[in-house]
Amino acid sequence: MRILLRYIAYDILRNRMIIAYTLFLLLMSATMFSIESNPGKGLLNLLNIVLIVVPLVSIIFSTIHYYNSYEFIELLLAQPIPRKRLAFGQFLGVGMALSLAFLIGVGIPVLLTGCSSAALSLVLTGVFLTLIFVALAMLAAVRTRDKARGIGVALLLWFYFALLYNGIVLFLLFAFSEYPLEKAVIAFVSFNPIDLGRILVMLHTDASALMGFTGAVMQQFFGSGWGVLYAVVIMLLWFGLPLWGSVRSFSRKDF
Amino acid sequence: MRIPFFILSLFLVTNLGAKTIQVAPGASIQQAIDRATAGDTVLVRAGTYYQYGIKINKSLTLLGQGKPLLDASAQGEILTISADNVVVKGFHFQRTGRTSITDWAAVKVLSAQYVQVLNNHINHSYFGIYFSDSDHCTARNNTIVGKPSEEQNTGNAIHAWKCNHLSFSDNTVKGHRDGIYLEFVTDSHIQRNFCQNNIRYGLHFMFSHNNTYSYNRFRENGAGVAVMYTRNVVMHHNHFEQNWGSAAYGLLLKDISDSKIEHNTFDNNTTGIYMEGSSRIHLAYNTLENNGWALRLQANCSDNVFEKNNFLGNTFDVATNGGTVLNRFAGNYWDQYAGYDLNRDGVGDVPYHPVSLYAMIVERIPAGLMFLHSFVVRLIEESEKIFPSLTPTELKDSSPLLKPIKR
Repeated sequence: MRILLRYIAYDILRNRMIIAYTLFLLLMSATMFSIESNPGKGLLNLLNIVLIVVPLVSIIFSTIHYYNSYEFIELLLAQPIPRKRLAFGQFLGVGMALSLAFLIGVGIPVLLTGCSSAALSLVLTGVFLTLIFVALAMLAAVRTRDKARGIGVALLLWFYFALLYNGIVLFLLFAFSEYPLEKAVIAFVSFNPIDLGRILVMLHTDASALMGFTGAVMQQFFGSGWGVLYAVVIMLLWFGLPLWGSVRSFSRKDF
Repeated sequence: MRIPFFILSLFLVTNLGAKTIQVAPGASIQQAIDRATAGDTVLVRAGTYYQYGIKINKSLTLLGQGKPLLDASAQGEILTISADNVVVKGFHFQRTGRTSITDWAAVKVLSAQYVQVLNNHINHSYFGIYFSDSDHCTARNNTIVGKPSEEQNTGNAIHAWKCNHLSFSDNTVKGHRDGIYLEFVTDSHIQRNFCQNNIRYGLHFMFSHNNTYSYNRFRENGAGVAVMYTRNVVMHHNHFEQNWGSAAYGLLLKDISDSKIEHNTFDNNTTGIYMEGSSRIHLAYNTLENNGWALRLQANCSDNVFEKNNFLGNTFDVATNGGTVLNRFAGNYWDQYAGYDLNRDGVGDVPYHPVSLYAMIVERIPAGLMFLHSFVVRLIEESEKIFPSLTPTELKDSSPLLKPIKR
């Protein structure tokens, strides 16, 4: 397992895409903090980029990587290695490499400018989102044999979580605007890791005061120890379930 | 000719007859006051006096030498003034009693004219300085610091009820319920005061017409500044800052009319200015910077004019809850304006629509605030900017400036 992981991670870390991704994140963080004199506002701008770019790059890169290493996987499958271990190795290799890129590109600049709770939650959210979208990509790739289709599904998943889901929720909020929705909003947020991450970071910044009653309800919920635990459990579920699904599919798949 | 001379000589005689009575620590201030006659000065020497319920019912000057400390030991009111022309100067008042039946204050003025309360320091009091049915009174250079607890257990730092021609200036008030509270107070001047960390409002007035508020600073008050049911208000060169919280406003105007709000600065407030049922207000040369909402204008406001204001770095410039627009915006500077100026006259050639689609959505469904700073919101805002369909098209600034107005 460790040798396998080392091979995969080492292979990815040399990848030009990953290096470009790291540099891009570094550049973005540096720009955001140099344009905004107020580190709180810089953090919010950076949050916007992180919430779009990190899921997109994570899901697309891992899908492509899976298909590109298809022959390598087939080779390894011929060896006496348990399939589960191979699947975990794939996930961890890609996940760790992308997380490392994120930690270097965003984590270090953010923590250098100020180690606030908002900064910490941004870094944590970024790492979680990376792992979640790698897991989702695995699921999509393992389940679709065709490369083009697999990438299409991955893109669609990103599109759903970044845009479509919010559109649907907005529509629902409009439709049920006569009802008290503050508690329902917490449920809506839980069903989308990107929204959950955004809210978690925002509740640690000044912007939380703008969210009025909804914000107050969320602050009360996510501000308590149980709320934090709930958020972490939801995030863990968000990458645990797709990972479990993809490992299962991988084990049963007829290569 | 003879009559004025007679009056003048009378004045001189009374003045010459004025004596100074000294009080040293251990002696009773009330006894000294009882011994004095109108026009006298009671000089209180430095030290600590555990006395309360002191009543001044003749025109005296009560002078503190070296800031004597008057401590009521949480028993009752310290000073009650019910005579005209009283001057109270240079004291340190401390620990008045607290009760919900009577509004105990460090200094209370009841039905008296021309009373002056100067250079005092008040802390741990229920109410600080309290004017009731008193005209032409002054409170200057006082520092009133409370210990913030719940709203019910704290009084107002400076409280005035049914007075006219008051002047409050250069006072610092902190940690009370309302910093300055005025009800039925008219023709008064409130200037250069500093109100900070009050539990409710920094400044709160109702039914108080024809007053001028200038050069005051209202900072970090629980709910900012709220003013209601008043006409002919003049507010200029005030600074409303850091009133940040889910229920905080820089300045909340409810049923205010025929007023002027000019040259003020609003920065880092959740809502810079909130207007409800207000009309004929002229807002000009104000700077609204880094607020959540710079301006929330309810649709029941009419004939207000917003011109030559700066809107800088606000999350929402203007929010409104209806489609009808009865107010006028002209010649403001909006930092989010993306238009052009072909003839280079400093005025943008295309109008600016300060109400964003998201601001409209949020006004309709507050739960929509869960999308604050999300990608979707940016996307729909951009599309709405290109094809406005839901935002009130009439709410616009037809002559937006390209450069901010100098303060």
